[in-house]
Amino acid sequence: MANTMQFDLVTPEAKLASFQTTEVQIAGADGDLTAMPGHAPLITTLRPGVLRVAGAEGMVAFVVSGGFAEITAESVSVLAERAVPIEEATGTIVDSMLEEARSLAAAALPEDKDAADKLVHDIMALRGTVAI
Amino acid sequence: MPSLKDLKNKIASVKSTRKITKAMQMVSAAKLRRAQEAAEAARPYAERMIAVMSGLAASVGKSDTAPRLLAGTGADKVHLLVVMTSERGLCGGFNSTIVRLARAHAQSLLSKGKTVKIITVGKKGREQLRRDFSQYMIAHVDMGAVKRVGYVDAQGIAKDVVARFDAGEFDVATIFFNRFQSVISQIPTAKQIIPAVFEGEAKASSLYDYEPSEEGILADLLPRGVATQIFTALLENGASEQGARMSAMDNATRNAGEMITKYTTIYNRSRQAAITKELIEIISGAEAL
Repeated sequence: MANTMQFDLVTPEAKLASFQTTEVQIAGADGDLTAMPGHAPLITTLRPGVLRVAGAEGMVAFVVSGGFAEITAESVSVLAERAVPIEEATGTIVDSMLEEARSLAAAALPEDKDAADKLVHDIMALRGTVAI
Repeated sequence: MPSLKDLKNKIASVKSTRKITKAMQMVSAAKLRRAQEAAEAARPYAERMIAVMSGLAASVGKSDTAPRLLAGTGADKVHLLVVMTSERGLCGGFNSTIVRLARAHAQSLLSKGKTVKIITVGKKGREQLRRDFSQYMIAHVDMGAVKRVGYVDAQGIAKDVVARFDAGEFDVATIFFNRFQSVISQIPTAKQIIPAVFEGEAKASSLYDYEPSEEGILADLLPRGVATQIFTALLENGASEQGARMSAMDNATRNAGEMITKYTTIYNRSRQAAITKELIEIISGAEAL
């Protein structure tokens, strides 16, 4: 079995990263998971969080807003609405995400309220991780 | 017969027009390149998005629990047309081709007794459609302040459209834009975005596990899919607009050049005629002595 796999991070506006990797840590909607070569095919939605990829020079991290990931044995493609390298993730970007989530939560219908609140908390947790 | 001075003024004015059209052509060429790059960069995301969605749609599509964005409302009564045009003119037939297509579409829907609602994106389309369809126009998105089309712009439009759909304002949504083929050819295109339709054979996606569930993912993806399709359309439109303007300005520059040659010939002829006339007068004056 191959010991590396293709990793792609794509946003609507550009392809952010594309290289061979051995490990991708994904913040899935139903919980974190780590994809390694030979992973069973899986499609999962993402919650706002940090995506960590083993690159040539150690781990590379990206802050991603929602989207989804397509995992096969040979590749991981992450399609995120918005993604930035963690070094460039400033308070303003996370804050704007938080702002948006809060306004969504405020406007959410009762049945969607839980999901919207979860989104707010995910982003607040993310804010803590990024440590701004 | 215009005087020599008139001709001279005319030539000078056409020359300065040519300078302007030439400059506009070069500006469009530069903008076109940027627009094409943006469209190119957006392609991987859109392609994969569509691929995953069509796979999911194929497996979920038939069930009763399918999301409404995919299955539709079950009715076909009210149609929403999202007409995307440019903010500026001087780009040849760019705007009128889109408007013509949208108008034909709207008229055929109206003749079948359906209700039509129109959202315009870009000033030029609104101006042209207002003449015939002002009572159907429900909203307008101003792109005048947008220098570079970003995903946020598309998201804004998509959010509005999806909210209207959820509120039951329409059953079917179609977007109108120009698909960029080359600098000289842009194809006005109508594309149905709600309920979602997928071109081509959807390949079986039973291969994958889904987290949370197929329906859950699809419900999450479909609104994003709407935004992605609108974004793609906006980018295609941007490239088309610049391409159309480039060829229109190229034509204008060429026409101005032809006009200058024509007027210069006339100018030289009449100058020569004036000289000849004077000579004849002098010579016949001398002979008379």
